Amino acid sequence: MKCNLFLSTVAVLALSSAAANAETLRLLTWGGYAPDEVIAMFEAETGHTVEVTKSNNEEMIAKLRATNGSGFDLAQPSQDRIAGPQAEFGIYKPLDMSQIDTSLFIPSMLEATKGNTMIGEDVFAVPHVWGTDGLVLNTAMVTDVKDYTDLCNASVAGKVSYRLKRPTLIGFAFSMGLDPFAAYGDEAAYQGILDQVEAKLVECKANVKTYWDGGDELKNLMRSGEIVAAMAWDTGGWQLNDDNADITFVAPTSGALGWIDTFALPARGRADEAAYAWINFVMQPDIAAMITASAGNFTASQGGDANVDDALKAKYQASFPQEAIDNIKWYPSVPAGLETLEGATLDRINAAK
Amino acid sequence: MATDRSKLAFWLLLAPCLIWLVTLIILPHVGMFLVSLREKVGVREYETSFANYAVFLNEPLYWNTFARTAYMSIAATVLTLFIGFPISYYIAKLTRGRTKTTLFLMCLIPFWVSELVRTFGWMILLRETGVFSNVLQYLGLAAGPVEMLYNDAAIMTGLVYTSMLFMVVPLVTALDSLDDSLIEAGYDLGASGFAILREIIIPHAMPGIVSGCIVVFMLSLGNYLTPILLGGKDSLWFTGLIYSQFITRFNWELGSAFGFLLLGLSSFIVFVGLKLTGQSLGKTMAQS
Repeated sequence: MKCNLFLSTVAVLALSSAAANAETLRLLTWGGYAPDEVIAMFEAETGHTVEVTKSNNEEMIAKLRATNGSGFDLAQPSQDRIAGPQAEFGIYKPLDMSQIDTSLFIPSMLEATKGNTMIGEDVFAVPHVWGTDGLVLNTAMVTDVKDYTDLCNASVAGKVSYRLKRPTLIGFAFSMGLDPFAAYGDEAAYQGILDQVEAKLVECKANVKTYWDGGDELKNLMRSGEIVAAMAWDTGGWQLNDDNADITFVAPTSGALGWIDTFALPARGRADEAAYAWINFVMQPDIAAMITASAGNFTASQGGDANVDDALKAKYQASFPQEAIDNIKWYPSVPAGLETLEGATLDRINAAK
Repeated sequence: MATDRSKLAFWLLLAPCLIWLVTLIILPHVGMFLVSLREKVGVREYETSFANYAVFLNEPLYWNTFARTAYMSIAATVLTLFIGFPISYYIAKLTRGRTKTTLFLMCLIPFWVSELVRTFGWMILLRETGVFSNVLQYLGLAAGPVEMLYNDAAIMTGLVYTSMLFMVVPLVTALDSLDDSLIEAGYDLGASGFAILREIIIPHAMPGIVSGCIVVFMLSLGNYLTPILLGGKDSLWFTGLIYSQFITRFNWELGSAFGFLLLGLSSFIVFVGLKLTGQSLGKTMAQS
């Protein structure tokens, strides 16, 4: 009896001390990046709890800006969208690199992300998931689309869709033989490029069925055959490939656009310990493979692609021969202010008849 | 003493309404107005000016969208009135008891699901591979798939459908209070059906018509989902512009200015509407 009492007291004490260290991690991320089984494993191992909010790049920045960087403990914006908003709104805090197990990361990707998100001496992000923007084509019905500008061909009139967002501007610019990334530092030159792209996209508008907004909308349009060619993410193409073998992702000849989604700490997050624990937990190769299975994209985890299922690997290799990988244009950091110019351009394209 | 008490009771009863008005309506608007007066001159540098309003005036694109949203909303309101009036008249005057309740309920049922679901329903019906297109092909009325989604007519359909209830309810209430004997008297005196409608029914229902129109117009003007989901590549809506300024362009200053312009526009159109119909807001609200 006494022994029992003693044991249960110990148990209660142990529980309460675990509760004292446990934090709630409010994660601001993308769909598929925090699958339920990974959250369950993390909660069981560390005692922290995880609350997931799904979002996208613009909403993440808007949400954090509205609260001056509070309300979330870990965010996953793309690496090119960190330095600009940070300079403008101060919504993130620097990472303490000693808390992160850097041996879990693919070194080249880690260095590239650190370099792109550095302000002064401070690093603001480490990489997590990467992928590309390119062309999703119904190969049974489309033969002459090799690059973004081919979406304006008469052969696919009325059966094309793309987003009215900045990746489309950048993609078309490269496809037209321009180099928008080189003009990032020079607003006048960048405006010149935007003007040319605007003219092209206005001219191309007759070809577009509708501008797609969410991934599911695109998949519906593609599946039903209402559109046959689109500018979209690689994952979208690979998922559609499961339903219809004719549909697949193709890297455009001017180069797919490579993005990396990262981990960044919101300026006024309260659960840094849990945030670092989450980063180190999900970057383990076997967990990273689970996230790849759920999100459809590969991660920056060293060895994380080893356990990924063969079907996805095969699709990846079919879409990306070595020269296409070498040709990927990685988004450099967007300087503050450029997005205002792009916004005005996108509005004008939207309004053009 | 007694007056003190009743004063206290008055303020206590008023308090929830005041708190709601001040904290949720007035304060955010004051904040938004201040934001709309900030002009961005550099990274984290702002100056007070009317530059954001000037942007609106100097860019025809914003003007056109503004005007388009206004006339589309007015068209939606008129259309809703024309469709809603016969329905309301039928419910209020030509049915009794259970039929009346059933018909009224049928107007209400679509509102048991959210606006998003209703809009997706329209997308399933109207799209190229959707229900209408397939039925037309099956009946041999169309040779190939017909695209009915992604145009202004689709937006109009969605807007009218979404706001029908808000027109029918005030109209039924107004028509219910019309004494049937007045209509009979009109017939006895030899008036035609049209004359009765013009001389008796419409004047009596005017407060209901005006309040229904105000609500439907406001709902259409401030609608975001329907124009975005049903509209096509050319279908700009002013609320969509405000959303994109706030969320995708991080330009809160311009977004706030747009918000205020929309507030001004809707108030102005309602004011003009009231003046044209010779109604006053107080009269409308008291009678309906």
